[in-house]
Amino acid sequence: MATAQIEAPKLKEYPVIPILQLGAMSNSKPYVAAAPIQEALGFPGKLVDNWQEKAVAKMGELLGKYRSLKVYMDTCVHCGACSDKCHYFLGTGDPKNMPVARQDLMRKVYRRYFTFAGKYFPKLVGAEDFTEPVLQDWYSYFNQCSECRRCSVFCPYGIDTAEVTMAAKEIMDSIGMGQKYSNEIIGKVHRIGNNLGIPGPALENTLLGLEEDVKDETGIDVKFPLNAKGADVLLVTPSADFFSEPHVDSLIGYAKVFHEAGISWTLSTHASEAGNFGLFIGNYEQMRTISMRVREAAIDLGVKRIVVGECGHAWRVAYSFWNTLIGPFDFLDSRYPVPQHICEFTYDLIRQGALSFDKEANDHRIVTFHDSCNVARASRMGSMPGGQFVIPREIIKSVANHFYDMAPETIHESTFCCGGGGGLLTDDLMELRVKGALPRMEALKNLVDDRGVNFMATICAICKAQFTKVLPYYGFDMSMVGGVHQLVSSAIRLGNKR
Amino acid sequence: MTLLTISFAALFYFAALLLIGGLAYKIYGYAKTPAPLKIPTTPAPLTPAGVSLRMAREVVLFESLYKSNKWTWIFGWLFHAALLLVLLRHLRYFTEPIWSVVVLIQPFGMYAGFGLLAGLGGLWARRLFVPRIKYISTPSDHLILLLLIAIGASGLAMKYVAHTDIVAVKAFMLGLMVFDWQPLPADPVLLVHLSLVALLMMIFPVSKLLHAPGLFFSPTRNQADNAREARHVAAWAVALEKK
Repeated sequence: MATAQIEAPKLKEYPVIPILQLGAMSNSKPYVAAAPIQEALGFPGKLVDNWQEKAVAKMGELLGKYRSLKVYMDTCVHCGACSDKCHYFLGTGDPKNMPVARQDLMRKVYRRYFTFAGKYFPKLVGAEDFTEPVLQDWYSYFNQCSECRRCSVFCPYGIDTAEVTMAAKEIMDSIGMGQKYSNEIIGKVHRIGNNLGIPGPALENTLLGLEEDVKDETGIDVKFPLNAKGADVLLVTPSADFFSEPHVDSLIGYAKVFHEAGISWTLSTHASEAGNFGLFIGNYEQMRTISMRVREAAIDLGVKRIVVGECGHAWRVAYSFWNTLIGPFDFLDSRYPVPQHICEFTYDLIRQGALSFDKEANDHRIVTFHDSCNVARASRMGSMPGGQFVIPREIIKSVANHFYDMAPETIHESTFCCGGGGGLLTDDLMELRVKGALPRMEALKNLVDDRGVNFMATICAICKAQFTKVLPYYGFDMSMVGGVHQLVSSAIRLGNKR
Repeated sequence: MTLLTISFAALFYFAALLLIGGLAYKIYGYAKTPAPLKIPTTPAPLTPAGVSLRMAREVVLFESLYKSNKWTWIFGWLFHAALLLVLLRHLRYFTEPIWSVVVLIQPFGMYAGFGLLAGLGGLWARRLFVPRIKYISTPSDHLILLLLIAIGASGLAMKYVAHTDIVAVKAFMLGLMVFDWQPLPADPVLLVHLSLVALLMMIFPVSKLLHAPGLFFSPTRNQADNAREARHVAAWAVALEKK
């Protein structure tokens, strides 16, 4: 298919709130999931005849199951605090990409069918019947939210658009309007074991290849064990780490850390994916079933600890939900947090003095760090609030000499999404992805100009894949993005075991 | 007993019933709906005490709004702080003897009415002139501001322009509370003021004014960040575990 040329918005020196461009992105729609994809997940294969009735009933069900949705539908006062906070609004100017307007797509239906004011005075409160055009708006604009939660930081009531988007996707799935990219991937996890669809033998081959590569490069036998029963640590990492650049460089980094620390570890074919797209479609049962593979693998392999690789939304699910979904983890070693982030793991070793580094090995890099949304705003590392900001940066500073942060309003809890999260990392949403990256690109550009930054480290497979693709649209080299453990890998001294 | 007194007494009982009954119904609904997953917006406090502090900062200082937009924060906070003072000051019409805290804030409460109008004016100006906010505003958003402004203006009119018989008003209000009805003065400004307040009470549980109780039930703000330490399984999710 010939793709139309997408023009990236111009980078400005200072962020500017765009002028409203009504309907600018109303044509942005990802492919609808075909019947086999839908049916594999137990969803209707195509839009059901009585979809309106079904959708309203599903909304009622969700309002009874999720306090977040119930409270957030009532609570918004249209104050506009969130209106200039979404990267997709800042990148496209489409007013329906303002978080409040996106929520209102659902709120107007909620009001019409579930509130006194909306039943009897619909015009007054902006209530509307759930018509075909409204459904089309839903499909378009709820697939323009990366569920990054930046709006929820600024909302005086903590209204989280991600919760609304997830509910909308759950409702659309239930009437046969699923999104192809996310639902196809969930099917692959169930069928093959990971999002990329890498079968067990191929994974084994890949890992052997990596062992040879590292041996050639360093002369050291760094192992990449698979299904090793009795290992101390089960590493669960996004499948992109096995396959894609620059992801694989971080996988090599994890392996070197394990090697140097002398801690036995293993990957698992059964749980060869940390990612969990059940989160993106707001489906509790999918999220639980996908997570369950990790519990099963951990029990089967008899490990003592579970460590999670560099992946943003996977860390949210692991950190915030695993204990609830698939816990308790009473069969693991209680001296370590379950799960543990690879950055927590490495940082602990650094503090113990168990690792040593040639920082000069990273001297050709002037590094900044992109906080991934799900790590920043939906999880934690370490024992204090905000540890998720401190720990990755401390690791970088331990392995590299040149580190600079981007502007304070674009990092930590205010970080901008890469533009590809939430199940939007698909080629059929390329225009959205390019434009959504604008705020991050602006912040990066300032640092490139001021400090000569040439490497943006991040700890998320989606961020890495998204930036690799969109950096060139903004005139940057695609290899500017990489993992934190890629930097660790470059600098770590091997063969110094205590 | 005039028809006017009977009508307003009935109106206020009805309005109070709707306000209390409606709010109780909504709050019960929020409370009984489970929050099946831990979703605090992080960094979040690790303990319940920390959560109380975070919530207190949101309620008293509007912390998140401050992070977002200084103009909305200034106008919004000014309005709410002034409203609190005005409401406290009005307790003098419902208590005998007047509580000492109400006596204490009387001088501030009198001027708070102006702050209240200034805040509302600023918020309305944003709604009218900032394109983003104008785009998201529904007719009810404008009307609620108009209603509050009319309540504030009619109140100030009685204080500074055309005094009403507040001794009689107080007798009416005290009587209402013990079902011993006293005559209400037939002062048009007073009647407008009271009617609008009754209207505000009635629409409270069916409008966006639910943001007041809603904040306390917002999972992103009222949950502690302790997901690795404590499980958080909702009743309906337990069923999945038994499958």
